[in-house]
Amino acid sequence: MRMTCPLCGARDLREFTFRGAALARPEGDDWNEAWHDYLHLRDNPAGESREYWAHAAGCGAVLLVTRDTRTHEIFAVEQARGAGA
Amino acid sequence: MAEPMLKAQNALPQGEALVLGDTRIDVLPMPRMTSLMPGPGHAALAKALRKHHGLDLPDPGGRVSSDEGECLWFGLGQYMLIGPAPSPLLAGAATLTEQSDAWTSVLLEGPLARQVLARLTPLDLRDASLPLGATARSEIAHMMGSLTRVGSEAFRLMVFRSMAQTLLHELKDTLEAVAARQAL
Repeated sequence: MRMTCPLCGARDLREFTFRGAALARPEGDDWNEAWHDYLHLRDNPAGESREYWAHAAGCGAVLLVTRDTRTHEIFAVEQARGAGA
Repeated sequence: MAEPMLKAQNALPQGEALVLGDTRIDVLPMPRMTSLMPGPGHAALAKALRKHHGLDLPDPGGRVSSDEGECLWFGLGQYMLIGPAPSPLLAGAATLTEQSDAWTSVLLEGPLARQVLARLTPLDLRDASLPLGATARSEIAHMMGSLTRVGSEAFRLMVFRSMAQTLLHELKDTLEAVAARQAL
């Protein structure tokens, strides 16, 4: 699998580190089901997945990656900074 | 009490480390290096760098050099000024950090250079993706480093000084293996 970093170009997977699913943070500070879901419950999608990846061995940027978990097809890679992360 | 004087020193003994099959591993002299971190937006730094050092700020993967020195892209929001002592007037536009002895620079030059690197880094080293003067942050023998194409067959590798011996060891071993294969 190769990903195209917006700064570095197409790079090998070994330069990247998986940083988890990209989820919307719940509103408010009080504990509720939404926070429980956000912190502990994860889908295991067979198909399109939005994830954070860190280009740790490269430029250091955190990337927002949309990919297909079945085919490893990459739909989009953008910098997480400025993308509502 | 007198202030103790700390003197920056190269992590490796400077000079030739190994020559095999016309390919050379050379520990480069330690230049003055300063990292420039402008934070969000880099227009002010680009202006200041042009004014005080006559250098343009490089694009990602780029390097700008002049007689005075060079400015190297060094990752997201990071540039390395190599050669000149930084003008204190840059401090208004970026965070300046002295890095001279924090990184070690090794030159790998010769006909086998690309074959040696092909065993150590996942980078595409062909002319189309890494032309002369291009730079990349990537893995070098599993260490995070900086690789710059400084000649048609010459690459400058930089890693943290704590990994200097490992880099030299890996380069020597790999060059020996590649040269032995050539000799078959």
